[in-house]
Amino acid sequence: MNPAVLKQYARRKRSHKIAMVCSFAAAALGLLALAWILATLFAKGFGGLNWAVFSEMTPPPGGEGGLLNPIFGSIVQTVVATLIGTPIGMLAGTFMAEYGRNTKLTMVVRFINDVLLSAPSIVVGLFVYEIMVRPMGHFSAWAGSVALAILVLPVVVRTTEDMLLLVPDSLREAASALGAPRWMVIQQICYRAARAGLITGILLAIARISGETAPLLFTSLNNQFWSTDMNAPMANLPVVIFQFALSPYEDWQRLAWVGALIITLAVLSLNIAARALSAQRASDR
Amino acid sequence: MLDGVVKVLTRIAAITVLVMLGGVIVALVDGSIPALRAYGFSFIYTESWNPVTEKFGAAAPIFGTVVTSFIAMLIGVPLSLGIAIFLTELCPPRLKRPISTAIELLAGIPSIIYGIWGLFVLAPLLQRTLQPWLISAFEDIPVLSNLFAGPPYGIGILTAALILSIMVLPFITSITRDVFETVPPMLKESAYGLGCTTWEVVRDIVLPYTRTGVIGGVMLGLGRALGETMAVTFVIGNAHRIANSLLAPGTTISASIANEFTEADGELYTSSLIALGLILFVITFIVLAGARLLLARMKRAEGK
Repeated sequence: MNPAVLKQYARRKRSHKIAMVCSFAAAALGLLALAWILATLFAKGFGGLNWAVFSEMTPPPGGEGGLLNPIFGSIVQTVVATLIGTPIGMLAGTFMAEYGRNTKLTMVVRFINDVLLSAPSIVVGLFVYEIMVRPMGHFSAWAGSVALAILVLPVVVRTTEDMLLLVPDSLREAASALGAPRWMVIQQICYRAARAGLITGILLAIARISGETAPLLFTSLNNQFWSTDMNAPMANLPVVIFQFALSPYEDWQRLAWVGALIITLAVLSLNIAARALSAQRASDR
Repeated sequence: MLDGVVKVLTRIAAITVLVMLGGVIVALVDGSIPALRAYGFSFIYTESWNPVTEKFGAAAPIFGTVVTSFIAMLIGVPLSLGIAIFLTELCPPRLKRPISTAIELLAGIPSIIYGIWGLFVLAPLLQRTLQPWLISAFEDIPVLSNLFAGPPYGIGILTAALILSIMVLPFITSITRDVFETVPPMLKESAYGLGCTTWEVVRDIVLPYTRTGVIGGVMLGLGRALGETMAVTFVIGNAHRIANSLLAPGTTISASIANEFTEADGELYTSSLIALGLILFVITFIVLAGARLLLARMKRAEGK
């Protein structure tokens, strides 16, 4: 064969090989990053994991203690935020998929919602500071919960709309033909058919907010002590990790790692549960 | 009757989403009025940030935000595209799901975890290895020696950018992978039939076909990087100045707000930080809206 052609062959083969090795290396690097972060968390956090972490309050520097109040605060604020954000999100998603399908309002809401989905969470913190903390004159767990609820909203809107749109119209028509009013069709047929997907969305929303720090920094602030008062500042795990990790005290830093491990495990299990749920639904069909 | 009530209720909920956006803008503008009145347009290009003399300018945080995100994109985009190519073209089918899931889990890790990991693991490592190497390697090259000058602090602009590049991986990867999979198999098979290598198929068929979607995905990642707060706050060093060197500490808009907001005393200080938030929101809104428009266009083209 012509040597010029052979040379071109060799060149093409070489660039193919280089590209494929790079692509393989990129994937390996991505997996390495995940493994490295998880390994660090276990190495630094697992040793400190004991019963005291779940039963004692945050200690003063140099003292003994656990993470009970921030864990409790995180759970309370996450639950309240989910309770506020989910119903509004589901109703909005229902409008977009059922009553207002293909209307202009739906199109605008979908676009804005998609933008809000990845908007910086610290801006949400500033917003809630302006509308709640400043007028009320103090930081509070309510403000923190509202900030988190604002982050829940777009996630739930998005998944609700997507999941309801997957429900075949023939189901709706069959129910309507039996004389069911629209709200009943939605509630009895559409919600039931899309149940796994709707739950997935809520789980993802909870996973999203349970690790959020930025919107809580100046809404629910932090609290060194046990507090169940929603009108007062409340401790929460992410902010405590932030404060403890950046402190010069070694025992605080150790607790920060324990907290980091707990939060990561919780968030990743929520993520995996959501994934398993939606995979199961896919195989059902 | 009941149906009408339900319909109105859902409609109100949908409008709430719009109200939320409007509320954020109004609240931020309202909060930043004192700062904007005091400094006017010069706020954007003033570098000084001095709480004692109450002279505030946004130049350093804006610079830090843009530079860290830009470097993060330089590293993160090729990596994400590489992973997406691996997943769609090279990966054995059996491993496809687990590897995709693992990469997507990177998005699930809270940003504060990236921060604590970056501060205690990555920064010391960079201080010992990459940074001294960069300093000595570029010592004699005119422009680059400035870029990589100064003592290796460990923390700083470059470290923040590296962490951001890991954080944007899952977002860009999952979108590019999805759009890569929309390429009609017929198109790819034809190219293979003509004797193209996998790389040539990716470069000449897949990438041109999916260009709009890929750019949309990259912009979505950029939007994330611009607004990322906690991870950056840990490792940026929080220094309000524009340094020539990438190894020097700096600050970003979000890191300044996170670090200083609760400690800010005086109306002007608080208001300046809120004005920073407004600038950040406007920048990310434009980037994210652009990303969504491109992705929507891609979807429409696909539907035809």
